[in-house]
Amino acid sequence: MGHRTPLFAEHQRLGARIVPFGGWDMPLHYGSQIEEHLAVRNRAGLFDVSHMRALDISGTGARDFLRRLLANDVARLREPGKALYSCMLNEAGGVLDDLIVYFRGPERYRLVVNAGTADQDLAWIETQAQGREVAIRPRTDLAMIAVQGPEARRLAAPRLPPDLREPALALAPFFGVGDEDWFVARTGYTGEDGFEILLPADQAAVLWQGLVTDGVVPCGLGARDTLRLEAGMNLYGQDMDEDTSPLEAGLDWTLAWEPAERDFIGRAALEARRAAGGPGRFVGLLLTGRGVLRAHQRVLVEGRAAGIITSGGYAPSLQRSIALARLAPGIALASGDPCEVDIRGKPTAARLVQPPFVRHGTIRIDLD
Amino acid sequence: MSQVPSELRYTQDHEWARDNGDGTLTVGITDHAQEALGDLVFVEVPEPGREVAVGEACAVVESVKAASDIFSPLAGTVTEVNAALADAPERINEDPYGEGWIFKLVPADASAFAGLLDPDAYAALLDDE
Repeated sequence: MGHRTPLFAEHQRLGARIVPFGGWDMPLHYGSQIEEHLAVRNRAGLFDVSHMRALDISGTGARDFLRRLLANDVARLREPGKALYSCMLNEAGGVLDDLIVYFRGPERYRLVVNAGTADQDLAWIETQAQGREVAIRPRTDLAMIAVQGPEARRLAAPRLPPDLREPALALAPFFGVGDEDWFVARTGYTGEDGFEILLPADQAAVLWQGLVTDGVVPCGLGARDTLRLEAGMNLYGQDMDEDTSPLEAGLDWTLAWEPAERDFIGRAALEARRAAGGPGRFVGLLLTGRGVLRAHQRVLVEGRAAGIITSGGYAPSLQRSIALARLAPGIALASGDPCEVDIRGKPTAARLVQPPFVRHGTIRIDLD
Repeated sequence: MSQVPSELRYTQDHEWARDNGDGTLTVGITDHAQEALGDLVFVEVPEPGREVAVGEACAVVESVKAASDIFSPLAGTVTEVNAALADAPERINEDPYGEGWIFKLVPADASAFAGLLDPDAYAALLDDE
């Protein structure tokens, strides 16, 4: 049996199919994953993401510490509440985790890290923080609920504490607001507008029940995965891991190379890798033949192995199958070019496309 | 609780077979199987005329989660397939024992049908899972 979030009883009451994920027992779906997916694209869905862990990092050394720890640069965060997506690398440039860091005020930051990596992240962060003026506080007292979809903010705001409603509705994308207990951010992992809400664990069930009463559709990890795949967002452990650098995972944009003197962990290895020339590209695929793309299937160009799918599946918004894939170095395919994917020994027609596949309810690739 | 119709026979791999009384059997996957797989999004059926051995993987159903082989309950020859599943794989979720049938076959040995799991044995198997 895995860990249970403060909302486990709610999932059981709603008839969820429970599966192990990152050491936790989590809802996969509550009946139909496809209906949950479409509810988020068309209106609003809610997700229990309490398995993810918030880590508060504070102290006079916090900023300098995070500028060393993270491959993106927290010096870019000037306004309180602003969020930044970053990879945390090892010295070899491999991705230990991807995370969001919120700038909460001078000397105060909050990281939100993945469930499966939370314990080793904490150990790594504590080791790296030795000798620095930094306090690290895991917030296992908090639950986390994501409300996502075009109607999500409108439906969620009335269920927030009264003094948070207006500030939450006034948030620009990728900003958060709150106090030590409640924290609301206009962020997510679906490609839709919405909130991610951190709150005291003992208040999570009331918020959850209220949102369900208001017609927000409970969604499981299955819909979360197809939504993020359509949005072209990476999943840690699948699209990248300790043995993959951000350069091979389509995450170049999260690497802050300037200023050149900022010596973040993994920088030297990444620079050497870049200098060695052309790491394989990270691309999107649309299946044009019959079947379903899945992780670990081989991409073929003129019958030869040209790459590997890292995430694949059926995209309910497109009613087609899509994938994220890593091409081998030197494969000269451009967006729109045909290729094939080895589906159970059968070369099946596909086409290179540029993710995201879907954003804000709109299909962003050419399906014809 | 998933449905286990009394007129059918079953396999340990969660296929069902119906004796059509005309020398053919219809094959599909059980209610339990469709529920465990989740929303189905793709079905690959065998070619009519194909000879299959007992337990041979001869069709594939893919759900939002994963691909699963469908094994022939008996040895025989495939005579007909449910072409409607190509555009509507969700029929297996909606009506696993009816519109969601997958293929028909003429068994090599008609008496082998009686050797499949009866409804009580299949229901007991589900209880053990």
